[in-house]
This record gives sequence, structure tokens and C-alpha cells, in this order.
Amino acid sequence: MVKPVTIDAKGMHYTPLNQQIRKAVEDGASEVIVENVLGQRFIGDGLRGDATIHIHGVAGGDLAMFMSGPTVIVHGNAEHAPGNTMDSGKVVIHGSAGDAVAHSMRGGKVFVRGDIGYRGGIHMKQYETQRPILVVGGSAQTFLGEYMAGGLLVVLGLDGVMKAREIGSGIHGGEIIIRGDVGDSCLAAGAKKVSLTDADRARIAPVLREFAGDFGLDPEPLVSADYTRIVPASARPFAGKYTWE
Amino acid sequence: MSSNFGSIPLRYRVSIDREQCMECGRCIDNCSYGVFRRDGDRILINSRKCTACHRCLAYCPRDAIMLEEHPCDYRSHPVWNRQVREAIYNQARTGKIILAGMGSVANLPVIFDHLMLDACQVTTPPTDPLREPVELRTYLGKKPSRLDFRRNSNGDVELSTELAPNLMVETPILLGHMSYGAISLNAQVSMARAAKETGTYMGTGEGGLHPGLYPYQDRMIVQVASGRFGVNIDYLERGAAIEVKLGQGAKPGIGGHLTGEKVSKDVSRTRMIPQGSDAISPAPHHDIYGIEDLPQLVRSIKEATGWKKPVFAKVAAVNNTAENVAAVARASVDAIAIDGFRGGTGAAPRVFRDHVGIPIEVAIASADRELRKQGLRNEVSLIACGSIRESADVVKAIALGADAVYIGTAALAAMGCRVCGNCYQGLCPWGIATQRDDLVQRLNPDVASKQVANLIHAWTMEVTELMGAAGINSIESLRGNRDRLRGFMLDEGLLNVLDVKPVGA
Ligand code: SF4
Ligand code: SF4
Repeated sequence: MVKPVTIDAKGMHYTPLNQQIRKAVEDGASEVIVENVLGQRFIGDGLRGDATIHIHGVAGGDLAMFMSGPTVIVHGNAEHAPGNTMDSGKVVIHGSAGDAVAHSMRGGKVFVRGDIGYRGGIHMKQYETQRPILVVGGSAQTFLGEYMAGGLLVVLGLDGVMKAREIGSGIHGGEIIIRGDVGDSCLAAGAKKVSLTDADRARIAPVLREFAGDFGLDPEPLVSADYTRIVPASARPFAGKYTWE
Repeated sequence: MSSNFGSIPLRYRVSIDREQCMECGRCIDNCSYGVFRRDGDRILINSRKCTACHRCLAYCPRDAIMLEEHPCDYRSHPVWNRQVREAIYNQARTGKIILAGMGSVANLPVIFDHLMLDACQVTTPPTDPLREPVELRTYLGKKPSRLDFRRNSNGDVELSTELAPNLMVETPILLGHMSYGAISLNAQVSMARAAKETGTYMGTGEGGLHPGLYPYQDRMIVQVASGRFGVNIDYLERGAAIEVKLGQGAKPGIGGHLTGEKVSKDVSRTRMIPQGSDAISPAPHHDIYGIEDLPQLVRSIKEATGWKKPVFAKVAAVNNTAENVAAVARASVDAIAIDGFRGGTGAAPRVFRDHVGIPIEVAIASADRELRKQGLRNEVSLIACGSIRESADVVKAIALGADAVYIGTAALAAMGCRVCGNCYQGLCPWGIATQRDDLVQRLNPDVASKQVANLIHAWTMEVTELMGAAGINSIESLRGNRDRLRGFMLDEGLLNVLDVKPVGA
């Protein structure tokens, strides 16, 4: 057991910072603690392995992009697109995050305790056993789950009303589950509401419990709450749009 | 409800010389569109299904098949021609967007054909490429604007300037991006082997990297498109370079999608999406909503791969290509491919293929000029693509400012493609633009790779000869060398944009 490695990121450019993180993981550290992060981009970009990276401060854009395996815990906010094109692993953000969270995420989990910006979960896609999961504790902005092609996206709205409109525009796979009621006018073309069945509830309960556990919340009210489930109206949204020359 | 157009006239008429035919039935087996069938010992023909792919002609042992283009004339009309009228009938019947394949069929002049190459005579004698070496080796990527040296502890002089990673190619001809899904794995493998043999590179397209291509991965430029199909850290690390696709010449300004029917098990595994689902690549990358976002994506790719690989970007040739290219050059990109409006495609809305974009000749010339004006030319390499048809086009594109070219349709033609334009049907009888197993098997990678390699060898030799004739012994001296070009029957405005003098000047 290699003891935790601590890196002071103060004033450091992202490349040497990432090199140090990568080296620590390669050397067998199961825990890397990065202090004084102030907007450095690409932390954990393309990182492999099963270490846990603790980020203290504000993580910059594209956190854990292309990441495959590790867990990244941000004790603060994150800029845009954490989990961008992520393969597997987990990102836990104790604060809020910017736009395009979990963009094209293919596997693993992104948990955000606070709010996220626009285009959350855009083009998330699943493949065989890889099924990405994005859970947002607070609210999400417009174009939530746009072009979504697979996976699970949950918004809990714990801190007030959900702001997202144009939900699921162009969605052709996966599911968006939002706590409470979602007005029809908030749905975009291609998305439809269906009721949450007991089987659905049983399926998402472990995810909600895990989320609650990560943020020290009581899981039971979340598990038993009312949800709106949004799914694609068609798996082939453009099938009827074209004819041959 | 049926339409009241009846049927439109045939586009092609297929006939069989009954004297020659021996009813062997090879035409039936070879035609994937179902033109031929047997009735007793007679071969029947349904010309309506013909796409002029020529497979039957190529495989008829008796040369008994004849194929003619539009044997039925509409009332001749210079404006309301056949294409225009038939498109209206099609859309009035279906109410849909017309999909089309391959490059534009718009009847517009080809600028390359109006540019004449120069040769030396007595005032400056030509170079003999048999006797004197002509240097074709090209490095694609950033070049330093100056070199700094230092003395090391042993007193030796060494380079202190840090060089950006470049791709070294032995010929300025690369194989452009055509995805697995749009074309078959056998077609990709054939080209990959040819790339390896000729010391060049090949683009994967946006369909991911099939394990069958892993043995050639050091010859592959892996593509990252807005759909991010097949993109993960393993994919990025396998490629010799990575290309961010921002646009495509056949369909500038729009994304693409591979219809669910073509997302077979193997295609789904390579693209990392469920089988049978539409593979949608939206117009923009979801993390690029302005030019300031491009360096973010490019740097994240570089960061993920340890800054060891050049990152390319591909843009469609459009009116403000020069500004686009200058902006992309400032975005940490190492090479920019510019794809002209005649570029091929598996499927594009016909209206885009034939009407959107500008010719590659103009786009490359103006991009080169703008980069030089802004002092950025050494920051990026330029790759011209979208209708490079012969070695003369390669030399002309380089003289207009390109470092190298991508070929697409020409490589397909080297494997047998007859440019029938029906790739979007997925029934390519040559085993190229199809995923149907029996058709894919028709393309033998041992044979096809040799043909593609032959084409590259042949063109490379022709490039050498053309350069020798012009008294140029290195590709570096050809690049952007407008003096070796003269415009023949081009208007003054266009000559100015191309920065080329007219013939005789
Ligand atoms: S391939 Fe030629 S010879 Fe054979 S049946 Fe067809 S037309 Fe006749
Ligand atoms: S690839 Fe096949 S379908 Fe496409 S143009 Fe060539 S021969 Fe026709």
C-alpha cells in the first residue's frame, strides 16, 4: 500500500500537474490529493487506473476527459464539461459545474451535488455493458440531455426549482429522470414523458443511494420521491427525413 | 396514396447481345441492385434498378452487356434540365430531403484543368530526376520560425529549440478519411496496407478504429468528430496523429449520420454505439461553440496523449476559409486539411453536395496567402483534398500552397469503384461502400492494397517528373510556388484570388 501522494497545484500549469498525477498513479498511489487547484484544465485527462484523486479548489474545464477508470472527487466547483467523452470511472463534484457536463460520456458516473449549466448530458451514449450515469443534485439549464443516445441522467432539484427547458432535443437513446413534475412545454422535439414504473424505481434506487452516500444525504426521501421519466419518442429520429436520389 | 407522376424515365438502359450471351448468370450474381434475373434459360433485365456501377460489364465473360446513359430525353431545356425536374418529382412525391453519394455532379468548370504547369527549357535547364534526386519527403506539422542552438557540456553544438511532433511522409499523397460504416473493413484494410507500403498515412474517418486495423495503427490518423464515435484514450493513443473533424467538403455546415440499418454488430462495436441505432454526428462539436473553444479540445487531446502526436483539423472549403484557417492555426493545431466542395461522401443531402462550398483550388490558395500574411504559415501544414484526380492535381495543389493532399475517391477507384454515386444504398457491388458480408468478400485486400499502392507509386513518380521538368528538386521549393502555374482562360478576378499569372505573362 503506497501512502497518499499530495501535490500542491498552486501556480502550476496543467501539463506538469497532470504529469505528476499520472506518475503518482503509475507508481501505485491509490490516493492522490491535489491542493490549491485554481482552474487548471484537463485534470485527469486520459488518466487510467483505479486511484482516487481528491481535488481541493476549483477544477478547470474538461476535468477527467477521456478518463478510463479512476475516481476524481472535487471538493469545490468544476468548470465546463467534466466527464467529457469519459470511458469509465467516477467524478464526484461537491459544488456546481459548468456547461456540457458529461458530454458524450460513454461509461462511468458523474455526480454533481450543486447545479450544472447548459447542455448537461449532451450526446451521452451507451454501448454493450457501458452505461454512463449523470446525477445532478441541484438544477440543470436548458438543452439538458440534447442528442442523448444512451445512459441515465437524473436531476434531483434539491435546491429549488428545475430550470431546464428544451429537455432532450434530438434524444434517441437513454433516459432522463427528473424529480417532481416537468411541464410539457419544457420538453423538446423528439422527447416524450412516460410514467416511472416500480421497476424503473428499483433500477434507479441504487444510483440514488450511492449519490446520497457520496454527499452525506438521507437517501430514503430521494428513493421514494415522485419522478418524471423522459425518453426518446423514437430511436431513429431522422429515419423519415430522407429519400434517395 | 400514390402520386400522379407515373414513373420517371430510365436513367440507364442495359441490354444484352443475345448472340454473345451464354446464359451463365454471372450478371445475376454480380448485380447487387437486382437488375438481372433468370426466366428459364433467358436473362431478363430491369434497367430501372441499374446504377451504372459496371459490375456486370466487368464480370460478363462474353462482353455481352451494354449500358447507355439516359436513353430517354425530356423536352430539351437549358434551365429545367433532367436533374432539376427529377428532383422535383422525387420531392413532390416524398416530401423529404434527397440523399446522394460521392462528389458533386454540378456541371461547373474544374479550375485545376485551367491551370497549366510550367517546365524549363534553355534559359534554365530542367532537372533530370533519373540522375538527380528529387526530394519528396514531407513533414506535416508545426515548424519553428527560427532555430536556436547551444553548446552542451562536451562542447558539441546541439539544437535548443523544441520541435513540435511532425508526421513524416515519403510522398505528399495521403489517403483521406473514410469511416468504417461508410466503407467496408476490407476497403479500409486495403488502404492501410497500401499506406504502410508507400510510407504514407491513412485517415480512419469518424467510425472508430477496428481491431483489424491495429497492425497498421502507426500509419493511421484517427479522427475525432462531433459524434465522438469510437473515441477513447486507447483510440487516441493508437493513432500516429489525431484529426478533429470540423467540416467536410461534400456537406459544409452540417453534421452527418449513418443510418441505423448500416450499424451492424461490428460497426456498432467499433463506433461504440448500440447496434441498429442511428449514428448521429451533429453539425458542431458540443464543446466547440466558438473559435476560442477549439484550442480547448485540441489541447485536451494533446494533454491526454502526452503532447507526442500532431493534431490536425479538417474544415470544409467555404467562403471565409482563409479566416477560418488562420483562426484554426492559432488553436494549437499542427495541420489543417481543407476539403473542397467536390469532395466525396457516403451520403449527403444532394442540395449540399451540389451547391454548398467552394473549390479546393481557391480555398487552398487563399488560406496559404492569409497564413503567410499573418505570419502563421509555419505554424501549420496544409492538406488539400476534395477532388484530387491525378498527379497533376497534386502538383497544382502544392504550387497553390498545400503541403500535401488527401485522396479519397481516387483511392476507391483504384480498388474498383466506378463512381456510380450510390454508396448511400449500402449495396456497393465492388465491396467498398457496403457492410453486406457477401459483397464485402468481393474485395480482396491482397489485390486491392496492391492497386492502391500502385496508384500512389505511379502518381509519386509523375510528381517527381513534373517537378524535374520545372527544375525543382524538392517539394519545399514547389510549395506555394505560384510562379510554376499559369491560368488558362480564367478571369482576372479568379487569377487574383489564386495569385496566379495568366498564360503568356
Ligand atoms: S454475364 Fe454476360 S454472358 Fe453471362 S448471362 Fe450475363 S450477359 Fe450473359
Ligand atoms: S463505392 Fe461502390 S457504390 Fe460508391 S460510387 Fe463506388 S462503386 Fe458506386
